[in-house]
Amino acid sequence: MSDFLAMGGYAWYVWGAYGVTFLALLLEILALRNRSRKT
Amino acid sequence: MTAASTRWFWYASPQTFYPLAGTIARWCGIAAAILAVIGLWIGLVAAPTDAQQGDAYRIIFVHVAAAWMSMFLYVAMAFWAALGLAFNTRLSGMLASAIAPTGALFTFIALWTGALWGKPTWGTYWVWDARLTSELILLFLYFGFMALQAAIDDPRRADRAGAVLALVGVVNIPIIYFSVQWWNTLHQGASVSLKSAPSMAPIMLKGMLVMALAFWMYSIAAAMVRVRCIIRERGA
Repeated sequence: MSDFLAMGGYAWYVWGAYGVTFLALLLEILALRNRSRKT
Repeated sequence: MTAASTRWFWYASPQTFYPLAGTIARWCGIAAAILAVIGLWIGLVAAPTDAQQGDAYRIIFVHVAAAWMSMFLYVAMAFWAALGLAFNTRLSGMLASAIAPTGALFTFIALWTGALWGKPTWGTYWVWDARLTSELILLFLYFGFMALQAAIDDPRRADRAGAVLALVGVVNIPIIYFSVQWWNTLHQGASVSLKSAPSMAPIMLKGMLVMALAFWMYSIAAAMVRVRCIIRERGA
């Protein structure tokens, strides 16, 4: 498991890429949910 | 008029499209979630570590899929904008506006993951090379489109003004796509092309295509939810 998280020493790059992608999509979903509720 | 073409025009009305958009959004959303789980599993677990790049190459699975989406969505946005200009249909402009924020999001993701991939492989987060610069211009085109539409109160006028900007900006898409051939850039050439056999392991290709499909489904779902908001907001 810790090997998996370490990503062969590239943890910051790999998880930084996947994490921000996930966060960006999550924010869009929340924003859309918010906008849907308002109208 | 044939039965098929009447049906298309029937769906061109926001009121009749509204429930259809809801159904599309639901199914595409479910498909996106399933495909994303499969794609993540292939990309992070099943695909072996690359001999040259180590695990840093795993960024490819989000980077390439997001970069494709950033370009596809712009073309889709410009297509609906053009249709709105030509036929003056209300729904076309609404669809163009609904696609823009998701397109901008994927452009940002492509740039961000590209920067994080560039650092371990090229030694730098950013260079002003043709591919990166034209992709950054794409992000500004999306922002410009959204800002212009937000600045005009009358929605029909906002649609028309945005459409002109979107159409002028289309010229940037072939520039992005061919930049790696036209200029000597740091960015590598196309990894996947219709003309030649893929230059990568089949499992990597599979992971990339599944992630691309997941992003497709997500984009359609997000655009459909947003177009429903726009239809309601405009009281159409």
